[in-house]
Formats: sequence, structure tokens, C-alpha cells
Amino acid sequence: MNAYLRPAEGDPAEVGTPDAVQITVDGQPMRALAGQTVAAVMLANGRDAWRTTRNAGRPRGVFCGIGACYDCLVVVNGIPDIRACQRTIRAGDAITTQRGAVLPESTEVREVSKSAPKAADVVVVGAGPAGVAAALAAGDAGVSVVVIDGGRAVGGQFNRQLPVEFKARRPERLQHGWGAFTVQRDRLAKHSRITHLAESSVWAFEQGNRLWVQRGPADGVGREVFAVDAKAVVLATGAYDRVLPFPGWDLPGVYSAGAAQALAKGHRIAVGKRVLVAGTGPFLLPVAESLIGVGAQVVGLLEANSLKTVRKGWSTDPLVATGKFREALGYGVLLARHRIPLRHGWTVIAAHGEDHVEAVTIARLDADWNPIPGSERRIEVGAVCLGFGFTAQLELAVSARCELTAGPDGGPAVTVDANQQTTTPGVYAAGELTGIGGADLASAEGRVAGTAAAHHALAAGIPPVVAADVAEVVKGRRFAGALARAYPVREGWRSWSTQETVVCRCEEVTRGDIEGAVVERGVHDGRALKLTSRAGLGLCQGRVCSRTVAALAAGQYDVPKAGQDDVPKAEMKRPIAVPVRLRDLADAQEEL
Amino acid sequence: MPGAATADVVVVGAGIVGAACAEALTAVGVKVVVVDRGAVASGTTASGEGNVLVSDKEPGPELELAIASHAEWSAVLARLPERVADVEWEDKGGFVVAKTDPGPLKEFAAKQQAAGVDARVISPEDAFELEPLLTRNVTIGVHYPDDAQLQPVLAATALLTAVRDRGGSVRSGMDALSVRTAAGRVVGVETSAGEIACGAVLNACGPWAGAFGAAAGAPIQVLPRRGMILVTAPLPQCVRHKVYDADYVGAVGSGDAELQTSTVVESTRAGTVLIGSSRERIGFDDSIRVKVLRELARKAVGLFPFLGDVAVMRTYGGFRPYAPDHLPIIGPDPRVPGLWHAAGHEGAGIGLAASTGRLITELFLGLTPHVAPDPFRVDRPAVLAS
Repeated sequence: MNAYLRPAEGDPAEVGTPDAVQITVDGQPMRALAGQTVAAVMLANGRDAWRTTRNAGRPRGVFCGIGACYDCLVVVNGIPDIRACQRTIRAGDAITTQRGAVLPESTEVREVSKSAPKAADVVVVGAGPAGVAAALAAGDAGVSVVVIDGGRAVGGQFNRQLPVEFKARRPERLQHGWGAFTVQRDRLAKHSRITHLAESSVWAFEQGNRLWVQRGPADGVGREVFAVDAKAVVLATGAYDRVLPFPGWDLPGVYSAGAAQALAKGHRIAVGKRVLVAGTGPFLLPVAESLIGVGAQVVGLLEANSLKTVRKGWSTDPLVATGKFREALGYGVLLARHRIPLRHGWTVIAAHGEDHVEAVTIARLDADWNPIPGSERRIEVGAVCLGFGFTAQLELAVSARCELTAGPDGGPAVTVDANQQTTTPGVYAAGELTGIGGADLASAEGRVAGTAAAHHALAAGIPPVVAADVAEVVKGRRFAGALARAYPVREGWRSWSTQETVVCRCEEVTRGDIEGAVVERGVHDGRALKLTSRAGLGLCQGRVCSRTVAALAAGQYDVPKAGQDDVPKAEMKRPIAVPVRLRDLADAQEEL
Repeated sequence: MPGAATADVVVVGAGIVGAACAEALTAVGVKVVVVDRGAVASGTTASGEGNVLVSDKEPGPELELAIASHAEWSAVLARLPERVADVEWEDKGGFVVAKTDPGPLKEFAAKQQAAGVDARVISPEDAFELEPLLTRNVTIGVHYPDDAQLQPVLAATALLTAVRDRGGSVRSGMDALSVRTAAGRVVGVETSAGEIACGAVLNACGPWAGAFGAAAGAPIQVLPRRGMILVTAPLPQCVRHKVYDADYVGAVGSGDAELQTSTVVESTRAGTVLIGSSRERIGFDDSIRVKVLRELARKAVGLFPFLGDVAVMRTYGGFRPYAPDHLPIIGPDPRVPGLWHAAGHEGAGIGLAASTGRLITELFLGLTPHVAPDPFRVDRPAVLAS
């Protein structure tokens, strides 16, 4: 029923024996291993909730697993509002459950280092496939590069690795494209012109390419806050899972698909013993694969789109489809070997349980994704993992005043030219934030963006075209287009939730609250809808709910709209991209 | 149906001031159409703290308007439709504290007392009774029980709901382009969706009131002053009043372009603590300036040291409209009969909105005004000077 840490015995990654670390949770010692995050410690010990919400007192734990949703908040050494999925434990940490809103009572020692770079020719934000490729391309072009990323190691979500403390002898067995990645990773680490700032995040983007960074253990006090001035910037901030609301989706045990994968690949944690994977898109396949790898029983994989839709979508671009066919076949063999049923046209429409998911209701969907009455079935599960595509992490691009457009999936994306330059001169974008298209496209865009950014920094004009990169980008964009056509999100998802369903998880705003604000107060969107309903005003700043809120609000009034997923730029405006402790902000180093 | 629309008064601007004027007018049966080029309550109204203050004003016409408006808000809230009447009104009181020489604050409070403000001088020992988490460096405090707070977007949308309930209409996404006159009088408003025939037009465009005035043939001097606010992660109840550093008092009346910040710290019902506020004269530039945020953070931690370990999760800001003499502009424009203005309330528009709506209505109907209207008249030199 509960989450667990996969035993090292028989693990294909051949995990070694990490050192034990002394920590306490709510005053009691808890078994913890070096390199684990607070969330990994909790889940390894079978705890999947460690926070209660402010209003209803509901339990919460990990949801997105990659730092976007702010649902897994915990108190560490007296400091509340720390994301358990982002914070790596240290010896002596005293971890406590966060009940509602909590005042800090700091016992942390503030140890601020002051050795950060203050300027670079090119600053790359994000160290996933796009960011790593961009940094190497820029460094190779002869300019100084600073890469800023929240992770402890480069790789992002796609190449998420086990902590070094796990001493895995065969880490490649958990990865796709490991060989190529390690070459890049090692080259980046040794590159004389590239500086990598780990456990660092850009919390503000000031005009004139000044990036404000905070560095140090995630969300703690005493992080170093400083500015880095760049001649050119490459934004490679990636994306996070899109999850659609239904009754019970805020129960512990309901995870984004990305969370399940990050915990499995990054910590050998299984989110449950019996797990159901549901949503849409080929990304659900590697998620199921990761779950199998940590020994979970995957009771089913539900693809919301019908096989007909998927086939028709891929067939719009057969050339692209053939390339991915072999990969799909491989997953098909894996699912068959583990007797995991793959059902098209089905999804989860409710999760049941008091303080934890115990069962889900699944239903067959019609072409518009409305549940077909009578098709509902109840399945006992310990966890459910959901992914309905992705939402790009756009706030820095918005702060940089980059124009947005609709990506291939209809979601918001950054407009770029052939050199990956945004509408803001000197600011480039690569990877998922220019449109959801996967790691290969992200890498290709990163190479183009890094090269172009270096040329910009050197005032050397526009770089010569590299035919191979252009071809790769073109191919990747065609793949992204076919992907979106094969796995569309249909409007019927709105019928899964009720008036009582929480839509904004942070502020516990229900669908009824949102629709009520529209109907009673005549507000349609933007700040007025936020401030009357409170949807999107929590710590995640609307990352999880803004697309859903916009769609639900639009359903309440008759205004012509560009498309279901057309999100106003204002919804992505987060001038403070990640929270900053007030004293750290107060101590921010003087400008140059 | 654009073109066929008619109204007694077209209110241009669906912020708190336009909404309050429309509500007051419809309360006495005037037929009103409210238009806004954007969404309702999404400009200056959505970017402030929701101040209903008497503490920050020197004796004079604005203080008189503020005192009247505090009382008027009760009357307005009482007549709002019940389903939208909760606007998070809180009689929390203001608490101004000095950390240096207690003299100037004491003198300021004495002047306000003479003008009828309930201002109570508080010793440092008693200050911690009022605010237990306050810095120990306080030399004197003044408690203003009549300072209050409301949630401006809830208030504005509730006022507009009342307008609709009374047969008025509210049209967002409709840009008022100019006024049409016949025989020297306003007879309609040209909008992006056609003309609305009307007897009068009320310019309630906030910081953009100068531009609409000019488009209507009657330019007025209204300038934007930018203000930023920091929002913390939700906290349990920890700050009981609106707490100001005494230097706030100096900043409101000033016209210096240079950045000024004066600390204002307060909790909201949602648990967040709001930290304001900065004042910058930089036109309509809305780009983030970390220097400003850092200054706000420094001063807030100086006032409430526990805030140092609290996370700030959001910042927002907007443009406060002000006239060069720092008084609101309320009344008819003698240059274009039928054109009215209600603008230039600077950072006090939320608090002053209720009385502004009543004053506009009284002047419109020829009733005896409840406050002296003359200091706010449109044709004063500071407003008409180009």
C-alpha cells in the first residue's frame, strides 16, 4: 500500500551502501541515507504525507516531485515552507510536519559563501538536455558561460541520476542515452569556460539581462543572493506535468507521472506497491518502466486517447512516426512481459480514501473525453500517477518580456526565431519552453541557442547555419506536431470534477469557487479572477492550476476565445520566480 | 447592442473609484453603463493593499474626505447584495511606530487629534502589547483605531455586482476612445464597440485619467507613481494591525522622483503578510527592480525581525494616480459640460472611493455635498496646468 525504498539487492543499477545520516522526524530518529531528499526519506519510511493544509487540514505530500507544485512543504530545523522534494538532508536535520501555516523558529546556522560569479558572456538557466547542450555550444564557441540549475547534478528531469552517495555501479541501466549524456556531463564539468552553479535558482530577471540567483540548500535561510550580469541568456527552464482535476486528486498517493519517475530514477523509491498510471502521451511508458524497475506492480496504463486518435495523429507524419516506432515496440514488449494492460480510451475520474488513495474509479471515455455512463470500475491501488502532457516553465521568459505563442499542444510557449532568439534581443530559449517536443529536440535547440548566444555575446552577428542542427530541429518540431495530434487533451476533462473538487491545491479553491467568482462577480480572467477566487495565489503561483482555471472560467461566459488552452500571459507572470527568504533578499549583494 | 446603448452616465474605468461612483449613482436611480478597456478591477485596484486610512494624512481637505469616507464605506457595504457583501473589511486599526526621535511623530499625532482623528500615543512598553513581534527598538507609537482594510478587488467587483443588479451594465474589454458633444454638451461616448449615447461621462481612469481627459478634449494633470508590495508565504496570525514605520507619513505628500520606501506591514485574512510600499516616479515602467524589493525587505525586517526567516513568494505593484498637488480631482469639468472626473486619488483610492462616489452623486444631482467639494475641483491650477 505504502511507498517504499527498493532493496539494493537485485537492483539492476547495482546500488552500493550509502552512509546512514542521523536525522529526526517529529522528534523521533528516522532511517535516512546520504543523498536522499526529505521526501525520499519520508517515502522510504512509508510516510506519504507530512503537511496539512491551512483551511481544511487535509494531508499532503509529494505531488509534482520536481519542485513546481509546492505541495510537499515541510519544516526543516524550524524553517517552514521547504519543498521536501528539493531539499537534500544533512546530518542533524530536525524535520517536522508542517501543520497549516507556521511561523519560523530558526535553529539553522547561516553560512553564506561569497564566491559567486558576477558576470558571464552567456548565462544558461536550466541544466537539462537543452541547457547542457546550450552551455557546451556556447563554451565551445569561446565565451564564458554560467549554468544555473536547481539540481545537485546536471541532467534535468530527463537524465535524472542517483545521488553520488548511492555509489551505483551500473547507473546506465536506469537511463536512456546514458553514454551520450555522460560524455556531455563530463565535458561540461571539465570545460574551462563553463561554471556550473548547482542547487541554485534564478528568482528574478531584471531588464538588461541581470539574473538574480540564490544558492544553497533548497528553500533554506541563509542562501546567498547575488546578481549575474549576462551579455546573452539562454532560458532552458523545461516543463512540468499537466494534471487535470477530479474528485480526490489532492489525496496523498496521487502523484504526477513525473514525480513517480523522478523518485524511482533519482532515489529508487516506489510510490506504491500497486500503482496505476494514467493520462495521455508516450511519456507514460517510461514512467511505467521506472515503476517496474523499483519493483512496483503496475496494475494498468490508461491512455485517455483512443487508439484511433493516436494512430490518426501519428499517421499525419508517417516519417516521424516510423522513427519512434521501434521505441514504442520496445515498451510494448516490456508491458507484455510484466502483464501490464494498456487500455486506450480510459482514464481515472475519481480517487477514493480518507487520508490516502485506497482505490480509484476508472471510466471509458468518449471521443471528447466525457466518461461513458456505466463504464465505471473501481480498482484498489496504493498510488496513481497522472500526466496529461506538460506545461512549460515560463515565468523567466515572461519577466524577460519574451512574446508567447501557442505551442504544438495548444499550451503557452515562447516565440523564437531560427536561432532560438526570443523577441527580446539577447535572450534565447531552448527546449520545452518553446513547445513540448522531448529531449532530442531540446538538445538540438540548445546547440543552436548556445551558439547563437555566444555570437551575440561576442557581437559577432548571426552564426553560420549548421545544417545538421537545423535538420535535427526541423525533425524534432515535426515530431512535436505529430505528438500533439496523437495525444490531444479533449475538453471533456471538465466533466470529471464537481463543484466541490479542489482546483487550486495551494489555496484549496474549488471549482465552485472559481465558477462562482465568474458568475457572481463578473470577473473573467487575470488578476481579478485570482483575487476574487484566490486560485493561483499560493506558493506555486498558479503553476499547477492556471491552465485549468482559465479553461473553467472560459466555460462560464460567452466570449470568443482563441483556443481552450490559450493562457493569458498574465497567468504566467511571476516576477519572483521562486520564494526568497526576506533576510536573504535584504542581504542581497550590492549591484556592480 | 453597440450604438443602441444609452445611459444617463457612462463611467469610464471599472476600478474601485469608477465602481464606487457607479454604485452610488445607481443607488439613487441614475442609469449607468461602466466601460473598461481591460478586465474589471484589474489595474491600480488590483495592485494595492486595500488601505482605508486616516493615519497617514495631515490635517486638510484629504483628511476630511478620508474621515467621511471611512463612515461612508459602512453605508455602502450595508447596501451591497448579500451574496457579494463580504469584502474582507477589517477594523484592524493602524499602528505607527518610530524607532528614532519620538518628537516628530508625537507632534504629527497632536495635529491629527486636533483635526478629529482618534490618535492614541503609545509607550514602547505598551507597543509590544499591541504587536508582540515588533522590534524592541521602538521609541514611541501612535495607535489609530479607525484605520481599516478591505480587499479591493472583492470590493470593486461587489460594487459592480450591485450596479448590475440595479439595471446598470458593466462592459469589460471596451475601450472608451472619446466623447461626442452636441451644442457644446456631452451626448455620447465613442468606444471601440460603437457609441453609447449619454448625458454625462465620468472619467475614472485612474493613472490613465490624464490620457482620457485629453481624448475627451479636457486634459488634466494625473501622473503615475509606481508602488511595489511584497507578499509572504501564508503565516498564522502574527501582525495584528497595519504597522507603519513613522517615515511613511513623510513619503505620501512628496513629489521626489527618487525611490522612496516606507515600511507598512500587515497580515491579510488569507494569512499572507503584505509588505509595502515603494514610491517611484518612473512613468509606466513596470519592470521588476530588485533594488526596490531589497529596500522593502530590509525595512520590514527592521520593523519585525521574525520576518527575516519568512519566505516572500510574490511581488506585485501598480501605478498610483496623483495630481501635482496630491489631492484627488472630483467634479464636473467646466471646459466640457457633461464631462466629469473622479481621479488622482494616489495611494488612497480604496479608502476615498466611498465618499468620492457619494460626492459625485451629490454634485450630479445638485444636492448639498457631505464634504466641501472645492479643494477637489477640476479647474484648479495644479490640475489644468499643462
